Amino acid sequence: MATKTYNPKAWLFVLPVVILVAFNALIPLMTVVNYSVQETFGDNVFFWEGVGWFEQVLHSERFHASLLRQLSFTGIILAIEVPLGVAIALTMPRRGPWVSVCLVFMAMPLLIPWNVVGATWNIFALPDIGLLGRGINAMGIDYNFTQQPLAAWFTTILMDVWHWTSLVVLLAYAGLRSIPDAYYQAAKIDGASGWAVFRHIQLPKMKRVLTIAILLRFMDSFMIYTEPFVLTGGGPGNTTTFLSIDLVKIALGQFDLGPAAAMSLIYFMIVLLLSWIFYTLMMRNEDQ
Amino acid sequence: MRKATWLAPTLYILFLMLPIYWLVNMSFKTTNEILNVFTLWPQNFTLENYEKIFTDSTWYNGYFNSLAYVLLNTAISVTAALPAAYAFSRYRFLGDKHLFFWLLTNRMAPPAVFALPFFQLYSAVNLFDTHIAVALAHTLFNIPLAVWILEGFMSGVPKELDETAYVDGYPFWRFFLRIFMPTIAAGIGVAAFFCFMFSWVELLLAKTLTAVVAKPIAATMTRTASTSGYELGLLAAAGTLTIVPGAFVIYFVRNYIAKGFALGRV
Repeated sequence: MATKTYNPKAWLFVLPVVILVAFNALIPLMTVVNYSVQETFGDNVFFWEGVGWFEQVLHSERFHASLLRQLSFTGIILAIEVPLGVAIALTMPRRGPWVSVCLVFMAMPLLIPWNVVGATWNIFALPDIGLLGRGINAMGIDYNFTQQPLAAWFTTILMDVWHWTSLVVLLAYAGLRSIPDAYYQAAKIDGASGWAVFRHIQLPKMKRVLTIAILLRFMDSFMIYTEPFVLTGGGPGNTTTFLSIDLVKIALGQFDLGPAAAMSLIYFMIVLLLSWIFYTLMMRNEDQ
Repeated sequence: MRKATWLAPTLYILFLMLPIYWLVNMSFKTTNEILNVFTLWPQNFTLENYEKIFTDSTWYNGYFNSLAYVLLNTAISVTAALPAAYAFSRYRFLGDKHLFFWLLTNRMAPPAVFALPFFQLYSAVNLFDTHIAVALAHTLFNIPLAVWILEGFMSGVPKELDETAYVDGYPFWRFFLRIFMPTIAAGIGVAAFFCFMFSWVELLLAKTLTAVVAKPIAATMTRTASTSGYELGLLAAAGTLTIVPGAFVIYFVRNYIAKGFALGRV
């Protein structure tokens, strides 16, 4: 790696980006901070509230419940999508005309608008008109995701696996393609087993891209809103009300600006903290 | 075992295509058929759902609105990200690492957190319900991503290229436009692809910032679902049409897609 030269003028290059992002990030963030420490009874009259809202949110059972649901959801989809994505990437053809075919088909769910993803799965899984719903019921299993919490979770997770596993596949595949053929030939001469090839050649090459995959999947699943909102509306009851859905309910549904703003900041801090841990680990890997 | 490796990708693609098939299947059915009989393919094949979308201006304008702000956003994000990514890949400067991480944190900001403040901000500057408002709002997460991708690709270009050009007497901007940008053309394509993708699929902010004039197609769909009962056939046809632009874009970048998803960092 070539060393970078010190150049204070580089700030001019970065300026357009900083201005654009600051306009979009800092002003709204300040608005949220502002709301989070005030109380209002309408008419744009505000009273100083201090950290009251933060205490209220941190101690509310409702917030604990949505946070727990969010953590479980993110944990489950990571546990499914990452191994599944790696497994599929390993079995994909390494060259030839089928590579493009696989890539184009696999990337398709990634480019469907999120509410269309929700709507598609809604009509796919409905027990009366959906292929999946009909199919499961025909096997003798009573399944109705609009009424059974377990079925709702199953459908939401299946939808997310359908939607995002391809991202892991494509990343892992990119890592695998960077392995020279000579490595595989050497392994063959040494008589290495399939597991040894995976453990000592393929996995190390995929490490960096897999970190990116986990980071992206973690961030995006933690902010998930549109797909479950369209699919289940957060129900039945509150069983699939994840953090973002709960937040929008409080902010735009009940218009409780103070608690919503405090919850926003706590929510953002959690994502930031966990992402920072990932990011630090990732950078440490790159430095090695 | 070696011979059965095609099985897993095939099954996976089949799993991916099933819900899409069901959506397309429904778009060719009448609402009556959808609700009353369960059929694996349309019995009374009809194009009336598509006809309605192509003749009703509230429907087809939705597509133009979506495409307008997505293309605008892609252009802004990539143009702004190019010099910034160059600075991050070539120079050290005061606060560079912190700045890079701060940019990335905006990729982590849940849109739900920003929905209401964005509405107030863009109303205050009189941009509410315009294409440019949505395009600017989407730069919040697309600029950090574009910078990240381009920085990866640029770091892969040896520094000797820059130095040789300067020795040959190229002024910076001519070097950047004539030599450097063509060198990382694939990276620019990939960055544009990602900006297109994330702006095209996002709905929460796009819906919050528009009312009539700039309303995206996806928001038109939600409105239909709630007001006129369930016109499922129409909804399915509109959904099917939202898949088309994405499929087009994937086809064009298919050769770079694998490297692009690794953000140039393989």
